[in-house]
Amino acid sequence: MTELSRIWRETEYRYNLIGYKCKNCGNSYFPPRDICPKCHRESIGKMEKVKFSGNGEVISYTVVHDAPPSFKRQVPYVLALIKLSEGPVITAQIVDSVEEKIDIGTKVHMVFRKIRQDGDSGIIEYGYKFAVN
Amino acid sequence: MKVLSNEVYIIGAGETKFGELWDKSLRNLAVEAGLKAIENAGIYSKDVDAIYGANSLAGIINKQENIGALIADFSGLSADGIPSLRVESSTASGAAALRDAYLSIKSEEYDVVVVGGVEKMTDIHGSDILEKSSSILDREWEAFFGATPAAMAALIARKYMHDFNVDKEALSMFSVNDHLNGSKNPDAQFRNKLTLQQAMNATAVADPLNMMDCSPLSDGAAAVVLASENYMKKNKKEGVHILSSAVAEDYLSVGSRQSIYTLTSTKLAAEKAFRKAGTKRDDISFMEVHDSFSIYGLLELEDLGFAEKGKANKLVYDDIKLEGRLPVNPSGGLKAKGDPYGAVGVGQAVDAYRQLTGKAGDNQIKNARYGLLHNMAGTGASSIIHILGE
Ligand SMILES: [Zn+2]
Repeated sequence: MTELSRIWRETEYRYNLIGYKCKNCGNSYFPPRDICPKCHRESIGKMEKVKFSGNGEVISYTVVHDAPPSFKRQVPYVLALIKLSEGPVITAQIVDSVEEKIDIGTKVHMVFRKIRQDGDSGIIEYGYKFAVN
Repeated sequence: MKVLSNEVYIIGAGETKFGELWDKSLRNLAVEAGLKAIENAGIYSKDVDAIYGANSLAGIINKQENIGALIADFSGLSADGIPSLRVESSTASGAAALRDAYLSIKSEEYDVVVVGGVEKMTDIHGSDILEKSSSILDREWEAFFGATPAAMAALIARKYMHDFNVDKEALSMFSVNDHLNGSKNPDAQFRNKLTLQQAMNATAVADPLNMMDCSPLSDGAAAVVLASENYMKKNKKEGVHILSSAVAEDYLSVGSRQSIYTLTSTKLAAEKAFRKAGTKRDDISFMEVHDSFSIYGLLELEDLGFAEKGKANKLVYDDIKLEGRLPVNPSGGLKAKGDPYGAVGVGQAVDAYRQLTGKAGDNQIKNARYGLLHNMAGTGASSIIHILGE
């Protein structure tokens, strides 16, 4: 069983695609991080939440055939590395799109979806996926 | 002030067979490997100053932590109070334990240390293991969204093949080489040869990677005995010299890295390892590299400095063979010898010890003088390199 607090803690970021921006150097980060890897201690207290546009481009993608139990029902699914227009590269699924349209360089946008289900009676977790523009 | 000059040697090595070992438990495996190494070194338990035990996933697979105590206890050493600590650094736990043991002798704290690595992965059914093994990734931001170790390797592979116009065949050749070498290693999980055809047409796992691009689930344990130069001289022992030990880190998740197909941790660790050892790349007689997925084999050839980025495909047909210019994975590598996470790095040291003492059997490389061992955590988050010599 996944603990509720563990999911709840990240909900804001996963539902709204919120990351952090370093006010010292201007770089944006996703996933959220408390310290800027460029500025180190100079960034303490200068990391602020930023909501990303949800627009991005496929850097790479794969079709997953062999998945853990909580993703079994979705197999085969497309997993991709997506470069957000603000800079960060994130790992997410691409849905609602014919596979032939997905390629390196394809423009995508964020959609809100069910991510996984923890067993038959377990809780359902939500977050971002992406769809081809 | 006293200058530290205590060199470190491997004076004995042993391992279990790698594979699906249904009749053996986590502790059986650890003890079997440890005893073989101690026997091989010709020492007794009273000589052992400390034990460093590597393990990655026993907590979530076998529901057993406290591995240091477990190993000491069932090796019959508890009553003697010998220090025994577990080292965890994901799939690089083995080399991490080897390095910690090396440093403990280098610092002159100890003279004789046993390094063990153990993993028991096949006590778990079906796809459940993928939930566990995905803990080598970033759980919250990779695995949470459906990433598995194979899927992350596949993402790297697709982009690499695209940008450098490399055929899938080059990746498959890495597995073909592993299997050819594994067929001659009695400890290997897979003893069958693999044709290029079979390697290319296996069941898809995460496109473009198929089953023959992925290391198996394995049970297994390996152990080596390290000793100080002082101990060696006093006891007239012979051994294999650890010329250098180096480690470097990179971002945990693939997406955060500067380049998704550059193993920066490997690059940085390699630079340090060669500098400290005082050896050149041309000196290396053979390498054991962490090819949990075939794509990593190619990236490692490049980031260890043996090929330019995007050019490793030139080496995979001939150079990396047992009789080639730069033999890679004479043991069979992770694909054929097996991939018991925490035991891999120590297993590589067992193989290198055998090569450098001329006891590698059918896989013996002629005139083997220097070996490079590369053990990697996760998708490249840490790399640990050891260079061994005569
Ligand atoms: Zn900054």
